[in-house]
Amino acid sequence: MNVLERIEEKLMILADAAKYDVSCSSSGSKRKNTGGIGDASSSGICHTYTEDGRCVSLLKILLTNHCIYDCAFCVSRKSNDVKRAAFTVEEVVDLTMNFYRRNYIEGLFLSSGIFKNADFTMERLLRIVKKLRLEERYNGYIHLKTIPGASEELIQEAGLYVDRMSINLEMPTEAGLKLVAPEKSHDAVRKPLHFVNTKIQTFQNEKKLIKHTPTFVPAGQSTQMVIGATPENDWEIMSVADEFYKKYQLKRVYYSGYIPINNTDANLPQIGTRPPLIRENRLYQTDWLLRFYNFSLNEILNPAFTQLDLDIDPKLGWALRNLHLFPVDINKADYQTIIRVPGIGRGSAMKIVSARKYGSLREYQLKKMGIAYNRAKHFITCADSVTHLGFKYAPQLKNIILQTGNSKYKQEIAENQLKLF
Amino acid sequence: MNYVFDGSYQGFLCCVFECFEMKEWHAVPVVEGLFQPDIFLPERTIFTDVDKAQRIQNGLKSKFGKLIVDDIYRAFLSEDPLAWQAAYYIMVRLFQGQTDVLENFGDTQVLYFHQTLKKVSRERHRMKAFIRFSKSNDGLYYAIIEPDFNVLPLILSFFRNRYADMPWIIYDVKRKYGFYYDTVAVSEIEIDTTEQKNLQSSSLTIALDERDELFKRLWKQYFKSTNIEARRNIKLHVQHVPKRYWKYLVEKQR
Repeated sequence: MNVLERIEEKLMILADAAKYDVSCSSSGSKRKNTGGIGDASSSGICHTYTEDGRCVSLLKILLTNHCIYDCAFCVSRKSNDVKRAAFTVEEVVDLTMNFYRRNYIEGLFLSSGIFKNADFTMERLLRIVKKLRLEERYNGYIHLKTIPGASEELIQEAGLYVDRMSINLEMPTEAGLKLVAPEKSHDAVRKPLHFVNTKIQTFQNEKKLIKHTPTFVPAGQSTQMVIGATPENDWEIMSVADEFYKKYQLKRVYYSGYIPINNTDANLPQIGTRPPLIRENRLYQTDWLLRFYNFSLNEILNPAFTQLDLDIDPKLGWALRNLHLFPVDINKADYQTIIRVPGIGRGSAMKIVSARKYGSLREYQLKKMGIAYNRAKHFITCADSVTHLGFKYAPQLKNIILQTGNSKYKQEIAENQLKLF
Repeated sequence: MNYVFDGSYQGFLCCVFECFEMKEWHAVPVVEGLFQPDIFLPERTIFTDVDKAQRIQNGLKSKFGKLIVDDIYRAFLSEDPLAWQAAYYIMVRLFQGQTDVLENFGDTQVLYFHQTLKKVSRERHRMKAFIRFSKSNDGLYYAIIEPDFNVLPLILSFFRNRYADMPWIIYDVKRKYGFYYDTVAVSEIEIDTTEQKNLQSSSLTIALDERDELFKRLWKQYFKSTNIEARRNIKLHVQHVPKRYWKYLVEKQR
């Protein structure tokens, strides 16, 4: 086999093994081009999208898929019968630079199976990152996996060269994790997340005093949870996410619908089970409501309401449970109240608040501003609204909205059994 | 009153000058040869005067800031006559003293102006993402584009900062001009018609770097391998990467 085919095969195996890590963002870093090649675009750039509709922004590969662990949910688990491969340091650097110069990618996302031990793996990852930064004078984006259990010296050194670091929680709860990966624990994730977070804070504080403090993980940290492999409910999942956002100031928590890989573990969904895509979408929507819409978790999910509706989005669900807060007068309510109206996003809310200084807003103006009027109209009043006659019974209102809307999930959700009570 | 201008940005700004000079508040700028003459509306040809255009430009900048100057220019690059009218409407209102006109989203013209800016900005962002360079055997990276709007001037600084250590060319085949960066400065280029033909029929005479084909192949391989078949969603894929861009995307070619 010639060199060419060999590298093509490696890329096939190691890109395939890395793709279940859903993190794709290349945003949040402002690294400048300092006399070499590349810079980071703070908004991030998606250079293409795969046929599953996910963005391709970074060259996402494993250094190797050899692994000493045997986690039931992972393709690269020790006992899985897959082809193994490993890139050399030079190969990764060559691929990254040539893809980057052709504007195929925004940077490198480097992860790895654990071979020998954590430090050995981390040290090898660090060598690639340093070669890119120091020898190739590359200033593009780098997302590096922190290897749980690696020494703090190595993690700190890596932090000086990369833009983002991440460690995956894998399963939302400790109990779930123990079920499928007895060798792993949430504590092994918390420790390095905490360490990197403290370092980020230290460097940021220093930067306020000394201008030329080096950057340390400028795009922050993220993590990922697999959804639907273990039996946690949405409330448990979002509680973990909420805690991690607050405690470790994560930039993102990713939710990855579980895709069955083999049938060897009876605890996991078997091959052929469809990944829970709608549920995943609803979790992301909840995540957004928490981070950008000032909702607190217990408004959307709480011990009495543990599972998100699949047929309607979480904001609409919340509104239907809280009809006493509506209708909202678009011409008087403050921004924070307006963004809570189903069908109105932050951009439209800003436009509304800005435009109403010039006169009361009417229905035809709202329709043009880009709000989902068919959904929003039940929850708002504007200058030319007819008197609000009070609300219908919530399930009835929900039905009206579902029937008039054209949700992309409409056909996919099976008709629910009639509720008697 | 219709103001007929030559389609250049300077000419466009001169319409604003004319409007204030003649106090014709209801004039509408239209482009020579691209509008339907109206028998009920008088028209006047506006001659492009660089000095007048410069005065408008400076006035906008000193009174309302650089951001507005940029926005007007971006709206102009949309090549949409309605957006030009909206931009013109806004400039006239600004100079008349209505300095906060841009915040009035309830006004159709203002809203249209903002929506145009959003479209242009989206296209600009897409070009940052979808440009694919090929490497020739003398180390030159070149790319061909066909954007919906004339966004090439808006992405130059991005590419100059990012690919600072390599020479590149980005050429817009739709508008027949491009830019060349020689690792020091960016300069505008035009290619004559015979070369133009070669570009379109893709019978390129540029000799490629020996490893260029290899990296194209590897990129296609990566694109295939990183896809998760169980999550297949072509509708979403096409929504993000509309078909009109496929022509120049390495990963979408067979």
